[in-house]
Amino acid sequence: MKKVKMTVGILVMTLTLTAISCKDGKKDEPAAPMSNEMYQESMDDKDDMAMSDNQDAKAEAILKDYFNLKDALVGDDNDKAKELGATLASTLGNFDASSYSDSEQQELKDIMEDATEHAEHISESDIAHQREHFKIISKDVTDMVAITGTENTLYQLLCPMYDGGSNWLSMSKDVKNPYYGSKMLTCGEMQKEIN
Amino acid sequence: MKILKIIATIALVGFVGIQFIPTERNQSDTVPETDFMLVHNVPETIQKKLQVSCYDCHSNNTQYPWYNKIQPAAWFLEDHIKEGKAELNFNEWDSLSSRRKSSKLRSIIKQIESGEMPLDSYTLIHKDAKFSEAEAEELINFITQLKDSL
Repeated sequence: MKKVKMTVGILVMTLTLTAISCKDGKKDEPAAPMSNEMYQESMDDKDDMAMSDNQDAKAEAILKDYFNLKDALVGDDNDKAKELGATLASTLGNFDASSYSDSEQQELKDIMEDATEHAEHISESDIAHQREHFKIISKDVTDMVAITGTENTLYQLLCPMYDGGSNWLSMSKDVKNPYYGSKMLTCGEMQKEIN
Repeated sequence: MKILKIIATIALVGFVGIQFIPTERNQSDTVPETDFMLVHNVPETIQKKLQVSCYDCHSNNTQYPWYNKIQPAAWFLEDHIKEGKAELNFNEWDSLSSRRKSSKLRSIIKQIESGEMPLDSYTLIHKDAKFSEAEAEELINFITQLKDSL
């Protein structure tokens, strides 16, 4: 009898451990199905774009997704930023650099790889982390625009308070701070006009 | 009572059974030329700390603890190592572009500053993997310098 009890005890412990480790290990799982969905969606987008047959349209597509993501962060919307991070990640992955020179292609490849990684993280993080990753993506996208150019006039804005000074891009020179959202919505300054 | 016995037997058989399922072991004899410590001039104290605190999950070579021989612990570890290596593999450091190196270094700083790394589930058993305040500061200073020099 005692033996049976002990065995049962050990087994219960084992099973509990298994349950705990499974839970821990799969922590990030819920985000996965969503990003798949988003991926499919933007695959369709890609087809649309291929028809327009305009290389710069690809950079424009990245900018469009970037601005949407920025707006979600301005609005303190964690869930929306997750979705848009996944969208941006697949748009970045679809970028076609073939019309650029070899050195530009290499630079663009590095930019896309880096930005994709951070966009993927945004698709599964809390808002504080999303903002950390957004800072790096902002730099990547700014460097991309320096190579690809863009049809629109963009503004580079600066939040001097966030992480020793952080930039972001916007279509408008009005300050709407994606690093602090509603906490400090208009904190920051317009640094320069691009294009 | 009979039911208990049956359940116990099934569970025991299950527990023994899963021990025979092989796991992928993360082990390698060679350190590739792209390794972080071979590429950069890393002070010895920091080298040691990185080995003990980071390399188990962020390189191609894990110093396995004894309980890795037992399932389901081994699966738990395998999962973490896979995830860790996908995020950052110190052995393959130099294959990254300088842009990615710089953003990885930035992430390393953030992770240590916020205490997210090393994982609590890791330092629970690997007490020596924990960063003291002074150690964290030393490492962060070093990584910051390295990042600025890239």
